[in-house]
Amino acid sequence: MSGTPMNRRSWLGRVLATAGVMALAGCQRASDAGANLLVSAEALTRRAQRLLIPREALAPEYDVSEISPDFKPNGSISPAAADYVALRDAGFADYRLEVGGLVERPLSLSLAELRARPSRTQITKHDCVEGWTAIGQWTGVRLETLLDEAGLKPEARYIVFHCFDALTQTEDGPRYYESIDLVDARHPQTLLAYDMNREVLGVPHGAPLRLRVERQLGYKQAKYIRRIEAVERFDDIEGGHGGYWPDRGYAWYAGI
Amino acid sequence: MSDGTLEAFPVEDGPPDHADRPLPGGRTDTYRHPPLVRINHWLNVTAVVVLLMSGANILLAHPHLYWGVRSTFADPWLSIPTIPDWLLIPQGRNLAEARTWHFFFAWVFVINGLIYLAYGFASKRFGRRLWPTTDELKGTWASVKEHARFHFPKDEEARTYNVIQKLTYVTIILVVLPMMLITGLSMSPGFNAVGGFLLDIMGGRQSARTLHFLSAGLIMGFIVVHVFLVFWTGFLNNMRAMITGWFVLEPSDHTKGDAA
Repeated sequence: MSGTPMNRRSWLGRVLATAGVMALAGCQRASDAGANLLVSAEALTRRAQRLLIPREALAPEYDVSEISPDFKPNGSISPAAADYVALRDAGFADYRLEVGGLVERPLSLSLAELRARPSRTQITKHDCVEGWTAIGQWTGVRLETLLDEAGLKPEARYIVFHCFDALTQTEDGPRYYESIDLVDARHPQTLLAYDMNREVLGVPHGAPLRLRVERQLGYKQAKYIRRIEAVERFDDIEGGHGGYWPDRGYAWYAGI
Repeated sequence: MSDGTLEAFPVEDGPPDHADRPLPGGRTDTYRHPPLVRINHWLNVTAVVVLLMSGANILLAHPHLYWGVRSTFADPWLSIPTIPDWLLIPQGRNLAEARTWHFFFAWVFVINGLIYLAYGFASKRFGRRLWPTTDELKGTWASVKEHARFHFPKDEEARTYNVIQKLTYVTIILVVLPMMLITGLSMSPGFNAVGGFLLDIMGGRQSARTLHFLSAGLIMGFIVVHVFLVFWTGFLNNMRAMITGWFVLEPSDHTKGDAA
């Protein structure tokens, strides 16, 4: 097609000239375009995984003997916010999980009410984005159970988890939040866990309630959940990227 | 040299494989690499270098390696003390950005590799140029001894890859590079839901991470030796071959370093 070397040489010349002009014309615009191109691979990864992995395919589950004796608590380990501290000091007796947003019947559930619902227990691995792995046993109520009870409106596309903790460990820092799509939200292993390793979930691991969404990395497993909101879009929440860490440059879809 | 057998495989662009043109002084210009292979090579260079440098940055987020299913924080088998900034992409520790670079170039690496393999097998070039014959394999030890004395094939013998080159390239292309991809995918919690068997074969997620690291080490070792030999055996001629496709064969009587 491209024929003689002369043709190829003049083509190469044009490419180099174009690149040079582009570099001079707008380094900033080019670097923005480059950054957007790099980030576009994340959408490709998400689509490829959604295409290749069946909705219901389960994350591996492990044996009791493989549970980590030293499951490292990460991120916030003791939220400082006054509302949280008050609940914690009262043994979470007054805690209520709010489920709202684009739902037909908003819920407000105590821990006893959550525990009264069907539960699921699973031993799974927790893969931190940093690279380490820990294995824990989780018991909780399936998120889908609550979503069905509340009745998602047809326009609901994402579930947002608003948390008590601020990673700045201050009273008024930006609170942690995360979001997942309905494929992850309705997955059989997606739990709101209240027990860990057969004991009541401890404060370092997200008491009284944390998310387990087992086909995702650690930073999606939101701890200290205060409120769940069904939304159509999340670009109007906080930094607009769907989570505390996504707002700080991490991928929203963290299945890899 | 351009006998009838060469017309059996389609070469759409540029001269056929092994096309020769005489040069002054008894030297021969021979056509080695079709355009697609040259593009594959340089894209692969870019992708692998960025993958290694961004991978180093990712590693530094938790520079401890373990065998098995989970991390045994108290006793990693290896802890990396530090890696200088200039070897990292991006410069300076940045896990979020390093992952963005890593996964973009992982896609480049995979798509480029698939095109290379499809072309290599469909054109039968892979079998012709890279797969060692039984006779060649029998000469492996002799060839190792020659290489150990820094005697490298010259003139007509340099027309095709020698058995050590063939074994190395085949191992890198069919074993080590795919190993990077498989161990990488095995670290994905999403992919684990369908690729759990891979995780089991490797002995767990932390073993997969360790094998990813060790394979990267093999690739770095390959790059060091490869680049060294590119210089040692004639930098300009080798670079010209990988850029234009044409490689100069020196005649036997002018061969350098033939004193032994």
